[in-house]
Amino acid sequence: MMSKIVKTIAGISFPFITIYGLYVIAHGHLTPGGGFQGGAIVASGLILLLVAYGTDWIIEKIKESHLSILESLGALGFIGVAFLGLIFGGMFFTNFIAGTSMLFGGIPTSTAANINTGGTLPLMNFAVGLKVIAGLFAIVLVMAYAISKEEGE
Amino acid sequence: MEGRMLVAAGSLTIVSIFLIFGALLIHPFGVPNAYKMDQYIIDHTQNESGANNGVTAVVFDYRGFDTLGEATVLFTAVAGVILVFRRVKKE
Repeated sequence: MMSKIVKTIAGISFPFITIYGLYVIAHGHLTPGGGFQGGAIVASGLILLLVAYGTDWIIEKIKESHLSILESLGALGFIGVAFLGLIFGGMFFTNFIAGTSMLFGGIPTSTAANINTGGTLPLMNFAVGLKVIAGLFAIVLVMAYAISKEEGE
Repeated sequence: MEGRMLVAAGSLTIVSIFLIFGALLIHPFGVPNAYKMDQYIIDHTQNESGANNGVTAVVFDYRGFDTLGEATVLFTAVAGVILVFRRVKKE
């Protein structure tokens, strides 16, 4: 629980941090970064909120069991895309979307960034990003909650 | 005491010799010995994986198993932390 100045600044900068992290995740196949890095950025924005507003305020909004479900969904999505490669492409982790007319199936013709390329890479980036956001935030949330309970007693 | 110093000096000399020769035998910077894999990835990444970012193509496509292990490490870390800091009901 911080002062009003810290709360206000955290509330203002949180949307920008989240948008930037989501941008890094969504453009993982075009620009430096990817699921891990963008997920860490979004999770650090959430941790900023946790530090500024206190654990009790944030534990009312979101439980760590929900974060666990989200993290498992991310992991399942990642492995699921890999198994789809096994089914459609013949090998585990085959990039079966690249070169087709499906979403993200384009092949870049120059170095210019085109979001509709990359095959399975954007899907895997989304899955890993969801996993990293939920995982890192769950770690910090559980630790902070344990510490706040210890101090409260 | 002198014996230990002798052993220490001897082992340090041997390690230094191997270290110096190893440092001298390293290929120059930017000129790898086995460049075929690098050149293949640079040439074929755009057409095979459809991504402009070669690093992401390597991490998620060519070496997907590495990323799978990485994700498993993160999953194990989160599971361990939640297990250690779980809320225990007091009787």
